[in-house]
Order: sequence, then structure tokens, then C-alpha cells
Amino acid sequence: MYRILEKEVLSDVTKLMVVEAPHVARKAQAGQFVIVRIDEHGERIPLTIADYDQEAGTITLIFQEVGKSTMHLGTLQAGDTLATLAGPLGHPTEVANYGTVVCVGGGVGIAPIYPITRALKEASNYVISIIGARTRDLLFWEDRMRAVSDELIVCTDDGSYGRKALVTEPLKELLEARGPEIARVWAIGPAIMMKFVSLTTRPFNIPTIVSLNTIMIDGTGMCGGCRVLLEEGAQFVCVDGPEFDGHKVDWDNLLARLAFYREEERLAVEHWEHECRLEGVLKEQGGA
Amino acid sequence: MSPLTQRERVKIPRQRMPEQDAVVRRGNFNEVALGFTEELAIAEANRCLQCDRPYCVEGCPVEVLIPQFIRALREGDMVGAVAIMKVKNSLPAICGRVCPQEVQCEIRCVLARKGQPVAIGRLERFVGDYELAMRTCPLERKLPTGKKVAVVGTGPAGLTCAVDVAREGHAVTMFESLHAPGGVLVYGIPEFRLPKSVVHAEIDYAVECLGIEIRTDHVIGRTLTLSELLAEYDAVFLGTGAGLPSFMRIPGINYNGVMSANEFLTRVNLMKGYLFPEYDTPVKVGRKVAVIGAGNVAMDAARCALRLQTLQGKDGEVHIVYRRSRDEVPARAEEVHHAEEEGVIFDFLTNPVEIFGDEKGNVRGMRCIRMELGEPDASGRRSPRPVPGSEFDMEVDMVIFALGTSPNPLVFMDASGLERTKYGTVVVKDEETGRTTMPRVWAGGDVVTGAATVVSAMGAGKRAAADINRFLANEVTDW
Ligand SMILES: Cc1cc2nc3c(=O)[nH]c(=O)nc-3n(C[C@H](O)[C@H](O)[C@H](O)COP(=O)(O)OP(=O)(O)OC[C@H]3O[C@@H](n4cnc5c(N)ncnc54)[C@H](O)[C@@H]3O)c2cc1C
Ligand SMILES: Cc1cc2nc3c(=O)[nH]c(=O)nc-3n(C[C@H](O)[C@H](O)[C@H](O)COP(=O)(O)OP(=O)(O)OC[C@H]3O[C@@H](n4cnc5c(N)ncnc54)[C@H](O)[C@@H]3O)c2cc1C
Ligand code: SF4
Ligand code: FES
Repeated sequence: MYRILEKEVLSDVTKLMVVEAPHVARKAQAGQFVIVRIDEHGERIPLTIADYDQEAGTITLIFQEVGKSTMHLGTLQAGDTLATLAGPLGHPTEVANYGTVVCVGGGVGIAPIYPITRALKEASNYVISIIGARTRDLLFWEDRMRAVSDELIVCTDDGSYGRKALVTEPLKELLEARGPEIARVWAIGPAIMMKFVSLTTRPFNIPTIVSLNTIMIDGTGMCGGCRVLLEEGAQFVCVDGPEFDGHKVDWDNLLARLAFYREEERLAVEHWEHECRLEGVLKEQGGA
Repeated sequence: MSPLTQRERVKIPRQRMPEQDAVVRRGNFNEVALGFTEELAIAEANRCLQCDRPYCVEGCPVEVLIPQFIRALREGDMVGAVAIMKVKNSLPAICGRVCPQEVQCEIRCVLARKGQPVAIGRLERFVGDYELAMRTCPLERKLPTGKKVAVVGTGPAGLTCAVDVAREGHAVTMFESLHAPGGVLVYGIPEFRLPKSVVHAEIDYAVECLGIEIRTDHVIGRTLTLSELLAEYDAVFLGTGAGLPSFMRIPGINYNGVMSANEFLTRVNLMKGYLFPEYDTPVKVGRKVAVIGAGNVAMDAARCALRLQTLQGKDGEVHIVYRRSRDEVPARAEEVHHAEEEGVIFDFLTNPVEIFGDEKGNVRGMRCIRMELGEPDASGRRSPRPVPGSEFDMEVDMVIFALGTSPNPLVFMDASGLERTKYGTVVVKDEETGRTTMPRVWAGGDVVTGAATVVSAMGAGKRAAADINRFLANEVTDW
């Protein structure tokens, strides 16, 4: 059992949790993730290690409530426990001094891009960051990102904060203006965003690293459910990744695979909301 | 009552295992084989001729004292039967259910010549179940030695090794990457063949009696490395199995609905997907499912698919697609028989060459080619070859690959000096000891042999434990 020590509400649907997990914190590096299972009935879901504190033996998780498991997780409070927390998993980011790099974080992807940005900055890169979200309420960690970036561009789809644009727009301008000096691009966010970032950088031939968020089960290379098609064949995101060369990913296959369980995901949410209502009714009756 | 004569014993027919009806069991995940009653067990035990030279024992990879336990059983001495069993086999309730007895102990039984060997496996299960209920044979532990042993992997190899090392008084810590111990016994083999309560009871009992600590959620190679374990423990046993699935190199394997048997079975068994949405992990099943392969894994996947079709109200078909013929099927005979009873369709001498998808990326069909058997190869099996021009298309909406697995390489991160074969399996210097090329590291089970059997993994765990115990007692010091 792993205790939640702190909880912070970053937006209506984005929550941060600091969890006690010394076995993971000891080894965690930027780019890695954990598998979380809430309780005995829970599924195993991957979440990026957004931050870690080796001395305190804690890791920070940030998640967006998109379905049953993340909604359920969002109802937990400091003091509650998680049944499973396994990791750190996946290859860490290959951090080096590349020169000038661009880090793009979209939506909840701002959480995983943060430790990578920080590590790149610590490795003396000149870091230009672009963060974006659908709307102002979904943005978070602007201050943190600013602290580890030499330049920061903030945008929202609806223009409620920062520039009104998708992250690919400022990225394209940057590449057009300063393309030759940019050595590498990292992009983390919804699959569709990573697809378009990769398409944007491709004509400039700039290596583009994406962190893929496929559906996973074990997260240890045992099931192949997370496999992704690359130019060189199928690979397992949990052990061969999660970072890959975005120019080699078969995005349409990835997007199709993400949609496979949509009907079941809808059912799971319905079932969960029904249970919550029942529990609410029982509590009211108990209290009356 | 005077004892039966040999002639009378030979006349007793092999007792039938009470089973759930095939039609009923297609709609549930409850155990298929219900177990012998005491009456059936004694009748079956009475068939044993108590041979002077019991060939059956030679067929058992852990040399269970078969005639002796059967004799105690039929004399009504259940406590004695358990004690005799436990000398060689600490997990009889499991082995009795899943061992391929028809190629191990029972095939060598003298009565097998008439096609009716003593039902050794069923009797073993009866004894194992009795012990699970009664706990007559407590696991005892010697005084603490102060030595520490790490066991990586909690499948049958790791469990057996841990128990035998802990009994010697050494402190044992087991590491498991998943959230539940048991290895294939919990994530692979379905409830209807091996109830998880049986596996949990065995593990809990060992943990309680012997003070074994199990650390789940520890992926060795990531959470801790082998070198780190060696710094903290006096000995390390690797029983990490062969969990890496393989896919065929044919076009179309990444369409939705194409998956490894490991994924399908893990969703169903470990994550209890058949109880979705009560449990959170969903599992889909197609209307027309093709399972590629014909081993135990394939049978389990096919039979889970049938059950899910029934539970989800899908009127469908499940096919086993196998490139060789019926004679080469590697699964346990009983599983093949049960699968057929339940309605699995077998397509022998058939091999997929391509998988087709629809515009949404979902699988919709599979192109196969007919095969024929050539001359026997080095392994003695007749190797299949495609019949030119015999391609045909099958309409399917789910394809499950059950093609064999290899060791998961994660555990070998930071383990230079540990020699492996080109198949990724760990090299052991001597099968009798399970010693690897890395000092103080032993290995056994599927990680050494590649996908094999529960009882062979147990045997390897047991032999390694004996050597670890000798090593820690300083009886042997060289490596
Ligand atoms: C390596 C890795 C790291 C990740 N890190 C984070 C993180 O730090 N924070 C975070 O909020 N999420 C992260 N994700 C995604 C997260 O795992 C999913 O959002 C979560 O599993 C959804 O579970 P659910 O039951 O709440 O939603 P579901 O009901 O399973 O899904 C709801 C919706 O989300 C989509 N979805 C399902 N699984 C994923 C997935 N793995 N990735 C993207 N979309 C998905 C579905 O297509 C569906 O539309 C990560 C995924 C991976 C593979
Ligand atoms: C579906 C299926 C059906 C089968 N049916 C039968 C049958 O009927 N009869 C029979 O005799 N055999 C059967 N087998 C084969 C049998 O189950 C295996 O041969 C046996 O389980 C091997 O035991 P093991 O202890 O070597 O490994 P496993 O049972 O595979 O256990 C290995 C354990 O190590 C863990 N692990 C792996 N890597 C790490 C790591 N890096 N860190 C920590 N832990 C790790 C795994 O999660 C797993 O729990 C079947 C196998 C499958 C898959
Ligand atoms: S362990 Fe397996 S092979 Fe040995 S006697 Fe029992 S059933 Fe037969
Ligand atoms: S999640 Fe199972 S292999 Fe990657």
C-alpha cells in the first residue's frame, strides 16, 4: 500500500498527488513512468513520474480525469492509499548537451515534459519550451516550466490565456526562424498533438522525441498490448520506450489502438457514476 | 475385509472425474474438473498394483513417491499420504491439476498398456486438496541462520526454491514485478483449470509458516538491479520465467483485436476482466476468434474466449489454427478433450500469412495457407511446409497469438557476467545445481529452459535450493 501524502487540484480535471514510494523514488529519472492500481478491483494504468524526491522517498503524479480510473483517482485524498505502484519503468530520457532544444508539453503532457525540461536545462542546453492547453483552466506549472526554460511560450486553443494557438503554430515559426540552431525537439501530450508536432518538424529534419501513451496492462513487457508500429517493426512502448523517434511512428495505427476500448471505457464510467450515486444515497440515509 | 488380489485390481475401471457439464461450463469460469470424492479416490487408488519397480516414478520430474502415497491413501491414512507426497512435491494441489500426466507419470504406468493407467494426477490432487483443507503437514523452519536469500519471480520455480531455502532457517525475500505472486499460475492459467484460491492458499501458507517476505511491484532490473541484490543478499535465485510473447512476422499484426495470449489471459485472469465492469479492466472478445498455436496457452485462450462469448451474449466461433496435425498437438490431452467438448473448432495444418483490417483499424479477416508434414527434423517432429497455391481467407474479428514465449530481458539489466543463450535463456553450468556463470546467482524454471511445465520449474527450484543451502552452510565454497 502506498500512501498519498499531498493532493493539489490543478484544475477541475487535473490533479497532482505526492505519493510515498521510496522504492521508486530511489531510482526515478526523467522520462520514466509508474504503473498505478487504485484498489483490488482496479486496472493498471501508466502515469509519468512528474517529479521525485529521493530523500523524502516520494514521487509526484499529475493526471487528467479522462475515464473511470483517473476519475476515481481524483476522488482520493491525502491519507488514502494506492494498492499498486510499480516502477520506475521505461527507459529514461537520453539527456545530454545538444545545444538548443525545444520542449513541447500539451495539456496533461506538461507534467511529464517538466522533468525532461529540467534535466535538459541542467545539462546546459538552451531550452525553449512551449506549453499549451485547450483552455486557461487546464494549464498548470507555468512557473515551474519558466524556471527551467530559457524561453517559454504559452498558448491556449481558445485564447483564454497566452497566445491563441495550437502548440504546433509557435513551433513552426520557431523552426522557420531558427531551424538550423535547434538540435532536438521533445513533445509530450495527446497522441494527436504528438502526431502533428512530428509532422511539423519532419520537413526540417530535426530529431523529434515523443513519449507515447499507449494503453498498457503490465507495463513490464509481458503482454504486448502497448505495441506500436515503427518503421522498423512493432515495439513495446513500456520496455522499448516510452520515448521514440516521432518521425518513425505509425500514428494512425496508434490512434486506432487508443480508441479500441472506447465502448468499455464509457461503460466503466457509467458503472462508476452509478456506484458513486448509490454510495451518496446510502450515506445520506445513514446520516439521516 | 481381505485385500484385493492383483487380478481384482486390474478389473477395476479407471474412475471418471466428476466434471461440470460442457454446455453449462461454457457460461462460467468455475472449475471444470470437480475433484474425486473419497469413494472415487479409494476406488482409483485400489487399481494401483504397487509394482516392485514403479516406472511411473521415473516419469515424474520430481520423483513423487507414487506407489507409497497411493498405498497410504487407500489404507485411509490421509495424513501419511500427505507426508509422503510432500517429501518430493510441495504443491500437489497445483501439480495434480496441471501436470501433463499422460506424458510423464501415467504413460509409464504398467496399466497404461491397456489404455487405462492409474489416474495418478487426480489422486495427487485429492491428496493436495485434503492438505489444503486440513493442513496436517506443517512446514517447519530451522533456527535462523542470519543468512539472506533473494528470490526473483514468484512462479512455481521461485516459490519452491523459497520454501526449501526458508526451511533451512535462511531469511528469504521474494521480488515480484506484478501486484500478485504466483507467476503463470495466476496470470496465465485460468480459474476454470486452476482456481486462484488454491494458488493463494499455498502461497499464504508458505509465507506464514516460514516468514517469507514477498515484495510485489518490484521489477528487478528497474526498481532494483541484480547487482544491488547481490550487495544485500548472500544468494540470489532467478525464477523470472519466460513471459515475453512473440508475434508472427506477418502483415497486419497491429490491428485492433490482434493480441498475444499473454495479454488476453492477463486481462481475463490476473485482472479479472471477465467480471468487468465490477473489475476495471475490460476484455473484448470477437464473434469469430482465431487462436494461433495448440499448446496449453492456446487451449486456455480459446476456452476463455468461448466463455466470454457466452457471458457477453455473442453467438460465435472459436478456432484453434495450428500448422501441424493433431498428433503433434503439445497441449495436455485433457485440455484438448475439454476444448473439443466445449465447442472449440480445430483447423489443423493451417498457418496464417496475413491479417486484414477494416477502415477503423479493426481486424476483419485472416489469410491462411494449408500445410503438409515433411520428414521428421532433428527434434523428431515432422516439420510442416506450406502447400503452394492453397491460400484461403477466414473471416475473423479477433486473432490471438499463442506461439511460445521467451525470457523477459528486464531482469538482466546491469547483470553483466550472466551468460545467456541466443534464445535469451540463462545458461546454467550444471542442471543439478542451477548455478549460473555469475557467482552467487542461481536460476531455474522457464527462464532457463524456455516455456516448459510447472513441475519442471518446481524441480529446478528444488535442486537450486538444495545447492544454495549447501553453499550457505559452507559445504561447498568454490563456484
Ligand atoms: C507511459 C505513459 C505515461 C502516462 N502518463 C500520464 C500522466 O502523467 N498523466 C496522465 O493524466 N495520463 C498519463 N498517461 C495516460 C493515462 O495512462 C491514461 O489517461 C489513463 O490510463 C486513462 O485511464 P481511465 O480509466 O481514466 O480512462 P479510460 O476510460 O481508460 O480512457 C478514457 C479516454 O482516454 C483515452 N486513453 C485511454 N488510455 C489512454 C492512454 N494510455 N493515453 C492516452 N489516452 C488514453 C481513451 O482513448 C479514452 O478516450 C500516460 C500513459 C502512458 C502510456
Ligand atoms: C496460459 C498458460 C498455461 C499453462 N498451462 C500449463 C499446464 O497446464 N501444465 C504445466 O505444467 N505447465 C503449464 N504452463 C507452463 C507453466 O505455467 C510454466 O512452465 C511455469 O509457470 C514456469 O514457472 P516459472 O516459475 O519458471 O515462471 P513463471 O510462472 O513465469 O513465474 C515468473 C514470475 O517472475 C516474475 N518476473 C519476471 N520478470 C521479473 C522481474 N524482472 N522482476 C521481478 N519479477 C519478475 C513474473 O511476473 C512471474 O510472476 C502454462 C503456461 C501458460 C502461460
Ligand atoms: S508431479 Fe506430475 S508427473 Fe509427478 S506424479 Fe504428480 S502428476 Fe505425475
Ligand atoms: S504493457 Fe504489457 S508489454 Fe507493454
